[in-house]
Amino acid sequence: MSQISERKNEKSSETSRFLSFFKNLGIKTKNAFLKFGNRFKDGSIGTKLSHFIMGSGNLYHKQIAKGLIYLALQIAFLFIFITSPEVNSTPLGFKSIINFITLGTEEGDIFNPTDNSMLMLLFGVIVFGLIGLFLAAYSSNIKSSYKADLDKRKGKKPTSFKQDIESLLDERFHIAMLTPAIIGILIFTILPTIFMILIAFTNFDSQHPAGQVLFDWVGLKNFADIFSGTGEISVRFGPVLGWTLIWAFFATSTNYIGGILLALLINKKGIKLKKLWRTVFILTIALPQFISLLAMRNLLSEYGPINAMLLELGITDAPISFLSNAESAWTARITIIVINIWIGVPYTMLMTSGILMNVPTELYEAAQIDGATKRQAFFNITIPYILFITTPYLITSFIGNITSFNVIYLLTGGGPGVPGYKAGETDLLVTWLYKLTIDESEYNIGSVIAILTFIITASATLISYRRSKSFKEEDAFQ
Amino acid sequence: MISTSAPANKAVESNLVIGKKAKVPKSVKNTRRTSLIVSYILLVVLTIIWLYPILWIFLNSIRVEYNSSNQLIGIVVSHYFPKSIGLENFRRLFTETLFPRWFLNTLMVSSVSFVLSTLLTLSVAYVMSKLKFSARKKFLSIAIILGLFPGFMSMIAIYYILKALQLTQTLFALILVYSAGAGLGFYVAKGFFDIIPNSLLESARLDGATNSQIFVKIILPLSKPIIIYTALLAFIGPWMDFIFARVILGETNRELHTVAVGLYYMIYGERVDSNVFTMFTAGCVVVAVPIVTLFLSMQRYYIEGVTAGAVKG
Repeated sequence: MSQISERKNEKSSETSRFLSFFKNLGIKTKNAFLKFGNRFKDGSIGTKLSHFIMGSGNLYHKQIAKGLIYLALQIAFLFIFITSPEVNSTPLGFKSIINFITLGTEEGDIFNPTDNSMLMLLFGVIVFGLIGLFLAAYSSNIKSSYKADLDKRKGKKPTSFKQDIESLLDERFHIAMLTPAIIGILIFTILPTIFMILIAFTNFDSQHPAGQVLFDWVGLKNFADIFSGTGEISVRFGPVLGWTLIWAFFATSTNYIGGILLALLINKKGIKLKKLWRTVFILTIALPQFISLLAMRNLLSEYGPINAMLLELGITDAPISFLSNAESAWTARITIIVINIWIGVPYTMLMTSGILMNVPTELYEAAQIDGATKRQAFFNITIPYILFITTPYLITSFIGNITSFNVIYLLTGGGPGVPGYKAGETDLLVTWLYKLTIDESEYNIGSVIAILTFIITASATLISYRRSKSFKEEDAFQ
Repeated sequence: MISTSAPANKAVESNLVIGKKAKVPKSVKNTRRTSLIVSYILLVVLTIIWLYPILWIFLNSIRVEYNSSNQLIGIVVSHYFPKSIGLENFRRLFTETLFPRWFLNTLMVSSVSFVLSTLLTLSVAYVMSKLKFSARKKFLSIAIILGLFPGFMSMIAIYYILKALQLTQTLFALILVYSAGAGLGFYVAKGFFDIIPNSLLESARLDGATNSQIFVKIILPLSKPIIIYTALLAFIGPWMDFIFARVILGETNRELHTVAVGLYYMIYGERVDSNVFTMFTAGCVVVAVPIVTLFLSMQRYYIEGVTAGAVKG
């Protein structure tokens, strides 16, 4: 009972939580400034100097190595920032901030190259990132110096460089372990993601190739274009989104039901050689998809053995073009969903098999005592248990199917084509986005589609997160 | 979950055995038998469906048929079983195409990137599972959000970043791309570390062990299944990936291709010779045999990982 009322409270308090988030944010910034001022007033001369020359506090406390590292950081950052060295004839430094706003002004002629707007945008993002990192180093420099002050006042010796390194292996082990991963994620995930989001607000497309024609900020124009109802992208967006959702629904549900049925079949009491049967299906997972999918594509071609077999058996009189029938998009669509069963069912089967082995035996024992038959036990224990455990997976796999690329791209390449448009009948949002950017160089529209895809998957995840949370609460009930 | 699966399974079976011992009327026995027979028939039919395309690849790779003007027929043909067989396709694959080069490229990329990504994944998973620090929750939610962006979205940007660093169209760039994101794929390993009891770590800490020693001397030796699972997926990734390799390596630099990109362009490139299909399948067989063997020999670990991931949600 109390849980129900708690949950109600949770919902009504959501808006107030949202407000208090900003309130907290305000308090936090205020505190940070107060702390900053306090340290400056309270700190030693070294700490005071640290506010201007990084590392001076550490040097003052004879933490030579640490101090020199901070100093080197400051010099390196200021050097790059002020001199703005040119990388690929685009400055990287304070000039990048100006370039980030203008995205280039030099139109260029035979003698002078055009400003590379794309690199300017990219370097702008990088420089903002570097400033952020520098500020973090700056604040840690003051913190470190102030800590040494406090240690000294307490009569302790400030930590030596050796001790600092050693602490990285113990109480600050998480920093040592996370740093390489975070650097990788910053450069190869966060930076590109921010960059691509920004491109959605520019006119960087096939008419404005980077380094040849300048491109500029256009605000929300690309988003407006997609929803305007005219133009190629806008006309095709609805159908592609619709098919993406239909595909995700059927791909998920067929694999889920098929996988559970297959797992029940293999794990049925009395079936021998369970491992052998399972291995047959695992083969599909082990085989690289580009092999199995390209094989399927050829197997189903008009001259392939499947059509030959159908003709021989008299089922059809003319070869069926399963994947490229331009007259009916649904031929290709249904074929893809069927092939996807071949690809995906083994995966669900494996997972469900694992769950089947984990059904708590007490449940069966209790059922037996109550006089339930095997059939009743199966429908009232086994099935609900599987559904209960796998529902979160169902939602993750729905999201996975929205962004599933290989099956569509390798089987049909998005075709059959729609006359006059580049997005074919079986194109998903992601394959369309891939074509738009890689083949057509329509980067801005590609980015908009990526953002919209993100919004769809993110909201689906939000729902799944909620549900799994409610599941956990239910779990607590049992 | 993993550690309990075996005994639980036994318990279910012993439970069923008890059921069997009770006297069963004949009619029930008969229906049980028919249902078993139906199940076997179903399994055999499904096995045929599942093996049909795989066997077809293999049969094509050894199909050596010549037409009337004595040319090798390499296109897709309508008969399933080859009329004559031989190793001509493999000979051509290794002498007339860049396939050996593609194979070595892929081997090189996957050997380096699997070591790097396994290290990254395991270290993030351990930190997230066992160490408590202030930014932990923030890191977790950022990781979830980043996982929602479609991978291709950043691919173009990665391409330009690598270009600015003058790294595009090198295998090194591919290694960076495959390994750099590994820090985000820590969920399954974290789930595994979560079930290692904290009391174990606490007693080690009381004995004066540092966090790094705990990781190396206690956690890693206990984590063989998850290490193998992570390493297996990371090693196989480059053999399966087609999208990233294609964008980063481009079509024209054929000698830099990985097997997936090279074989794709063999049959769907700009200059397509449709007579190379059997050679393509020969390439597929050469790639598939080691990968599938590796995978099947490690399947126990794979299944454990998949099951753990599913239960965790």
